[in-house]
Amino acid sequence: MAKRQKRFQVLADRPVNKDGFIKEWIEVGLVAMDSPNDPKPGIKIQGGKVLELDGKDRDHFDMIDTWIADHCIDVSVANEAMAIDSTEFARMLVDIHVPRSEIVRLSVGLTPAKVLDILKKMNVVELMMAMQKLRPRRTPSNQAHVTNLKDTPALLGADAAEAAYRGFSELETTVGVGRYAPSNALSLLVGSQTGRPGVITQCAVEESLELTMGMRGLTAYAETVSVYGTDQVFVDGDDTPWSKAFLASAYASRGLKMRFTSGTGSEVQMGYAEGKSMLYLEIRCVMITKGAGVQGLQNGSISVIGVPGAVPSGIRAVLAENVATVLMDLEVASGNDQTFTHSPIRNTARMLMQFLPGTDLIFSGYSSVPNYDNMFAGSTHDCDDYDDFLVLQRDLQVDGGLHPVTEEEVIAIRNKGARAMQAVFYELGLPAITDEEVEAATYAHGSKDMPDRNVPEDLRAIDQFMKRGSTGLDVVRALAKQGFNDVAEAVLGLLKQKVSGDYLHTSAIFDTKFEVLSAVNDPNDYEGPGTGYRLEGERWERLKDIPQAIRPEDV
Amino acid sequence: MDVSKEMVREIILEVLRQTQDSKQSAISEEGDISPLQFKEIGKAEPGATRHEVVIGLSPSFGSTMTKTIIGIPHREVLREMMAGVEEEGLKPRLVKVNRTADVSFIAHEAAKLSGSGIGIGILARGTTVIHQKDLAPLQNLELFSQSPLIELESFRSIGRNAAKYAKGESPSPVPVRSDPMARPRYQGLAALLHNKEVQHAKPDMASTEVAVQL
Repeated sequence: MAKRQKRFQVLADRPVNKDGFIKEWIEVGLVAMDSPNDPKPGIKIQGGKVLELDGKDRDHFDMIDTWIADHCIDVSVANEAMAIDSTEFARMLVDIHVPRSEIVRLSVGLTPAKVLDILKKMNVVELMMAMQKLRPRRTPSNQAHVTNLKDTPALLGADAAEAAYRGFSELETTVGVGRYAPSNALSLLVGSQTGRPGVITQCAVEESLELTMGMRGLTAYAETVSVYGTDQVFVDGDDTPWSKAFLASAYASRGLKMRFTSGTGSEVQMGYAEGKSMLYLEIRCVMITKGAGVQGLQNGSISVIGVPGAVPSGIRAVLAENVATVLMDLEVASGNDQTFTHSPIRNTARMLMQFLPGTDLIFSGYSSVPNYDNMFAGSTHDCDDYDDFLVLQRDLQVDGGLHPVTEEEVIAIRNKGARAMQAVFYELGLPAITDEEVEAATYAHGSKDMPDRNVPEDLRAIDQFMKRGSTGLDVVRALAKQGFNDVAEAVLGLLKQKVSGDYLHTSAIFDTKFEVLSAVNDPNDYEGPGTGYRLEGERWERLKDIPQAIRPEDV
Repeated sequence: MDVSKEMVREIILEVLRQTQDSKQSAISEEGDISPLQFKEIGKAEPGATRHEVVIGLSPSFGSTMTKTIIGIPHREVLREMMAGVEEEGLKPRLVKVNRTADVSFIAHEAAKLSGSGIGIGILARGTTVIHQKDLAPLQNLELFSQSPLIELESFRSIGRNAAKYAKGESPSPVPVRSDPMARPRYQGLAALLHNKEVQHAKPDMASTEVAVQL
């Protein structure tokens, strides 16, 4: 161009234009939710067996078709459910006069192509309506990431304490350096129970180590068990639906909550989407999960969000996959957990899709640390966005799971979290956490404010800690011995839950007294205005009371 | 026409801007970097010498694609990587892995062919893995999964580290840059490039040993 128009020059420099956008390429499946290669819905059942699924007969089933036909689809309702016109079914999803129970009775009779056909009929407002009605747990909640670049334990303990104190029900960590994993898991366990008893924690690492830490009582749930929508991608990951289901039962047998993970775009990202739309393949993942008997799923594209985010209607597809999950009566941890745009406007708009209707866990998770410390490669929102988030809750009277706090309270809880870590490290013979570290962690913004530790010494000690066979009970003992009786009590409380196993029910979280809140005792009963979860009463009084608001009597 | 000082200034600035624009677009246009002239030596065979590192190239590397996702020419990538290996006194050997565009499997294939048991695998967009033949395919010694964050100098360090592993040393891993905004900018493009590269994979074709004049 010979001469640039000045407004266009300004536009070119806007954050949104740093994002990558791609035109659809249908042949390989670079398309959000509508590919001509997606199969047409259909089912044929004979003798209680699915003989034909979405236009394919059993002889031509791939591994995933077989799994879905044999383990997900309930043949007793399939003919009834499949006979309902897709537009009619979509209307039922938003109709306040059709209760959730009726929807989930029928949904297990649907095929993947039918679910796609139904969701394609819905715009984002209708999809949000469906989410509001269909999420399994009545009370919405939220999950946070707690990580840092240095894997430094005092800071992890302080950050976990703050995140728990601010209202998150689940905390997730991972590592910079792999061998730090047990130390990070331990830090989250101690920090979380300091901040608010009953918050559950996990550490996303290699699958067998993750399971081991869960069995030892260092974590209380698991989330990063991935499933994929095409055979090729599954096999490339050295897995099958059967191997994943086996892993899921290993968790269940030890009383540990767990969910699978998947998301739109992963198949095309790996080059094997078979020309199918991202949403169709993701619906297959949802149904693999249902078939495995797993209680829930983390989806919403997750670490592949840049792919659906780059194509038309991609963010609508991401909401639709969350809805597909709750449609199958599964807990949804609904993403919002990875940076997907340079634009704050796009970022907020994407988040509102889950925030407004409320989901089981709106973020999976929200970065409770500055994004430079986020070892999941950054989340959509971080600790610097807390006040924006609290004001959004207040503006719209929506419960996003967090509540206002004061600086004094946070300093106190962070300090206690760091000191509890210091005590546990001392008792367990791990390299000392100094008073200087406790002080730094209490007041830190992020790991840049923390002194360096002797990493090789830490790693040797952590290896020893694992080799000794240390468990959550050793942590309880250490806390009690050092006078942190309340934290010891809370960690023990968490360990007891693995024996009773009540929190294996769908969408389970704990309140401060370790009372389970799940789809069983807190079922979503939304049927229009006046029903379902309402942000009101004591909870609303607490959420609206942001410290920075001016009190009329003070002026 | 009244040509003011201001106008002259504007014109000069505009010309400068255009020259810069055209320079930038020269980097980003596919056709502007010529493909590498690979000489096919024959079917790739396991090496006999412990003093080598095999570099496994993906199906499109240097041929149907010629630069990484951030525009580093493949010629320079290879030059640096091979120089890194040579700096440690070992010999790099190039193998084109035809059957897959999965970087783990490319690197594992390179490691299995390598006399030292150490191989490097690289995709056209720049994603790189250092592998060892006794590890499972999806494990690795070092993984550089975020192609937009791999700069030219990293490729030399990767070559150097691979050679150090081959000599039985345990080098410090090559530092990996982290940028949360790489995903929004490049992930869609990475998917596009990967699907193009997958189309050039020939699942039944054995790997080919190649040589190239850089």
